[in-house]
Amino acid sequence: MINFSYTRAGSVAEAVGAKSKANGAGRFIAGGTNLVDLLKENVERPRQVIDITRLPLATIEEGPNGGLRLGALATNADTAYHPEVQRRYPALSRAILAGASAQLRNMATNGGNLLQRTRCYYFYDVAMACNKRRPGSGCPAISGQNRVCGVLGTSDQCIATHPSDMCIALAALEAVVRVSGPQGERTIPFAEFHTLPGDTPQIENTLAPDEIITAIDLPESPYAEHSVYTKVRDRASYAFALVSVAALLELDGDMVKSARIALGGVAHKPWRSPEVEALLTGKTATKENFLPVAAALFHDARGYEHNAFKIELGKRAVVRALQLATKGTASIRDVNGQTADA
Amino acid sequence: MSALKSIFGKDVDTTSSTYLGKPTSRVDGPAKVTGGAKYAAEFNVPNLLYGYIVSSGAARGTIKSINTAEVEKVSGVVKVLTHENAPKTAYLDSSHRDQLASSGGAPFRPLYKAELEYSSQPVALVIADTFEAARYAASLVKVEYEVAPHETDLRANMGKAHPPTVTRTGYVSAPKKPRGNPEGAYDAAAHKVDVEYSQPIEFHMPMESYASTVAYGEDGKLTIYQKTQGVQNCQEYVCSVFGLSSSDVQVISPYMGGGFGSGLRPTYDIYLSVLAATALRRSVRVSMTRQQMFSFSHRPEAIQQFKLAANSDGMLDAVTHTAIEETSQNEEYLETVVNWSGLLYNCPNVMLSHQLVNLDLASPADMRAPGAVTGLYAYECAIDELAYEAKLDPLAFREKNYAEKDQNEGKLFSSKELREAYRQAAEKFGWSGRPLEPRSMKKGSDLIGWGMASGSWEASQGKAAAKLVLTPDGKLVVSSATSDIGTGTYTVMTMIAAEFSGVAIENVTFELGDSSMVYAPVEGGSWTVSSVGSAVKTVCQELRDRLFKLAGKVDGTPLGDTKIGDVTFANGAMHVTGNPVKNVTYAEALKAGKIDKLELDTTELPQLAKQATHALYSHSAVFAEVSVDEDLGTIHVTRVVSAIAGGRILNPKTARSQIMGAIVWGISMALEEEGMLDDKVGRFMNHNYAEYHIPVNADIHDIDVIFVPEHDEVVNPLGAKGLGEIGIVGVAAAVTNAIWHATGRRVRSLPVTLDKLL
Repeated sequence: MINFSYTRAGSVAEAVGAKSKANGAGRFIAGGTNLVDLLKENVERPRQVIDITRLPLATIEEGPNGGLRLGALATNADTAYHPEVQRRYPALSRAILAGASAQLRNMATNGGNLLQRTRCYYFYDVAMACNKRRPGSGCPAISGQNRVCGVLGTSDQCIATHPSDMCIALAALEAVVRVSGPQGERTIPFAEFHTLPGDTPQIENTLAPDEIITAIDLPESPYAEHSVYTKVRDRASYAFALVSVAALLELDGDMVKSARIALGGVAHKPWRSPEVEALLTGKTATKENFLPVAAALFHDARGYEHNAFKIELGKRAVVRALQLATKGTASIRDVNGQTADA
Repeated sequence: MSALKSIFGKDVDTTSSTYLGKPTSRVDGPAKVTGGAKYAAEFNVPNLLYGYIVSSGAARGTIKSINTAEVEKVSGVVKVLTHENAPKTAYLDSSHRDQLASSGGAPFRPLYKAELEYSSQPVALVIADTFEAARYAASLVKVEYEVAPHETDLRANMGKAHPPTVTRTGYVSAPKKPRGNPEGAYDAAAHKVDVEYSQPIEFHMPMESYASTVAYGEDGKLTIYQKTQGVQNCQEYVCSVFGLSSSDVQVISPYMGGGFGSGLRPTYDIYLSVLAATALRRSVRVSMTRQQMFSFSHRPEAIQQFKLAANSDGMLDAVTHTAIEETSQNEEYLETVVNWSGLLYNCPNVMLSHQLVNLDLASPADMRAPGAVTGLYAYECAIDELAYEAKLDPLAFREKNYAEKDQNEGKLFSSKELREAYRQAAEKFGWSGRPLEPRSMKKGSDLIGWGMASGSWEASQGKAAAKLVLTPDGKLVVSSATSDIGTGTYTVMTMIAAEFSGVAIENVTFELGDSSMVYAPVEGGSWTVSSVGSAVKTVCQELRDRLFKLAGKVDGTPLGDTKIGDVTFANGAMHVTGNPVKNVTYAEALKAGKIDKLELDTTELPQLAKQATHALYSHSAVFAEVSVDEDLGTIHVTRVVSAIAGGRILNPKTARSQIMGAIVWGISMALEEEGMLDDKVGRFMNHNYAEYHIPVNADIHDIDVIFVPEHDEVVNPLGAKGLGEIGIVGVAAAVTNAIWHATGRRVRSLPVTLDKLL
């Protein structure tokens, strides 16, 4: 077995202290749905595993300014099925339910969801080079099997994507990540939480090595009536997104007051472009007006041998998501509270 | 049929049966759902060592060095075996050829030489006293390679295609000479298609990963608990490779968590476990990881070219079919791919060719209807294209060109109710309303399409034996060294034994999966019921003869001078038909004969003389409905109706499950499965269940299975053709044809993923 020491943190301060002490070789474990896989594949080899499951961070409660606070240790399932999440942030509920399987969602936590690693095949196969796993070793995905890889914000070093569904909705909702570290608490706007690969693909977010996510704050949202999460994938369930779109509209009649669009499956982070979203402001919610927005979102996209189709697919998915959002959240709710997969 | 009966003597009992033809639940079901069923990696023996396989990261080249310095420091590590220190096994390649190996070639030998044959091949085995220690230590093995250029790209190497140079059991080579004049007929024809179809490498994907637990006896004898579809094939292989006597090797495999052909040939885990056990004189278990399940066999990639033509009446007039498949450098894997195209429809002008390209990959292996599923996927798509060229409904085209005999061999079919299968499936599906033109049906933003295809598979029978033991408590135990790969062998053999012995089914036990049992061939090719079932039937009939003779010794001779033909055997007793009072129980018969335990065994051979004059095949008619999101390209197979003409159906319950499962695999083949090979590194990159897609529940909708009655006295004494393969054949074509009908797009490469429809 991989020998690591195991500690159970009794408090957030203890967790932070233990992580700090492990000096980069420590990992928090909560649901373990990603870390255990990575341990088995020898991708992660922590010397210290810090169990945070007993920390009092599993609640979902009212947040400041009419928002909702999601505890970092609340499970994905409890979050998705929470009545206030379903009522006020339906795209988030659907995004979570579009991911993984019921069993995994029962184990996976909100904090862990933000920190899951890419599903790039080369990252997962330790016999292969990977700049993310072994900086400087190269990126065979760029010229290899890159169907699951990104088309936006990629670099010469890495074209991996962030695999989360939940995070796409969180990005669109402009959630705020609350973290705790040796210097106390701070907040990170969602757009600044995940990073692009650039020359340091091994760095995936702006969380310091000795910080812990304690909660995710959802601000009050005017989008509940027109919120969708559209996920396009290679099978109807239990598959990562080829392209996914969280689309939120604030409508006045058929006029768009404001729009939020976040893309999944295409980049190293949930992809947003507020200036492109702004193109919709004041326009009527019609396909004709959605098309240029979709095109603008993918204007700088770069496709690779096996994933160039994501550019066209992504545009179509954006249009579809905006059309569904226009129709209204209620109109697309099926018995499971899930959208149809397209 | 009466004529057949007079020629062939024994009748096929299809009328008054007690068990056969009645839906029967799996006799092994309770053991499986309660965890009582033990699989190869679950047999624990004292002082077991655990071997963990280190796999190669390069496809071709030489192992320069294997550094195990760090490994040996790990507490619990007993030994690291590599090509440098592994004990030598049999020298000759022929000693490494199992029952299903090709006649030439050099089967892969793990830890045999420094030269690499393919990426992910085993290069070391770390043996430790716990699994965890072995696994961790294996991660510390440092292998350095002198990498050499590899070739894994079939298309880039098409120029190296060559006809097979060897043979293999079950392989039917393409007819050497063309039938008629296909080129001339093609040139002159009114309607033509000239198309190429391709399909990727697919993997078997059983849930249970391969494992081998070798119990090393005090006397040096080996008891091997092995995941395999052929315990005797494994036993022979181990004896041959390691120079052991058959009395010193017993292979046991009572259950199998799916095989799909991957366990027909011995897998490298058994080689490694026996290598370690004999080297260390200890009990050893070696099991594969999920990733390693992608490292020893696969369905070969295929590129198939067709030139088909029909005359102005829509009669098929020319078929040219060339299939090019990959194989490894060390073996020619052979499956029958093209012959189906000369068989399925009437056609006077046919030319068929099957070729191979050697690549730096593991040898392919039989997988789910090997050959037929490949050949008929592409042929049935091409036929669909031709039917449309001729502006004929695809079903009408097939009915018009229906083959009443096997033109490859010039033989009549022993039975072929394909026409009836078409009729019943089409009716159930509602095919008659189908518009000829594609893109004619819509539902919301979805395009709807209907497609169909035919399937065929050979109904073969091999030599097999069965043994029975009847004890005075009325219990009957029947055994044969076959397997149950999840298909229901335990159940159907129990039913056959009960039917023909007259012992009530609850008093019958069928045992299998032990090389010390009487002979059975590997479980594959849909021939287990036909082969082993026929042997079970015969031995049980012999039991009745024997018991009837013993009944004559019972005091008072209750059966009098009744002839055996007038005696009913039921519920463990014989009685004069129509007069249950005049009876003798089996226990009384045994007692009268002073027999404590009645043992009989028999070996059943196929009735070659009568089989040779006929073509023996099962058939299917598959109809599929798809809905395709016009903008996003997502595809759902919303309905499948499959009618199977597979001879007599012995257990309709498991038969239905088997066909449903096969249809799911067909949908899987059509839409999802693809071994993603990175030709630059010569390695499969999606080697896990998350990324190698097979269907989930949400992908599967309505599936309807119809069994079309067939009476066949030629295939075997049971009249059953076997259902292991036929269910998948044609499904991928039906789905692909439906996608065309929905979208107007002919996607000629599998899987049909949404990007191909954008």
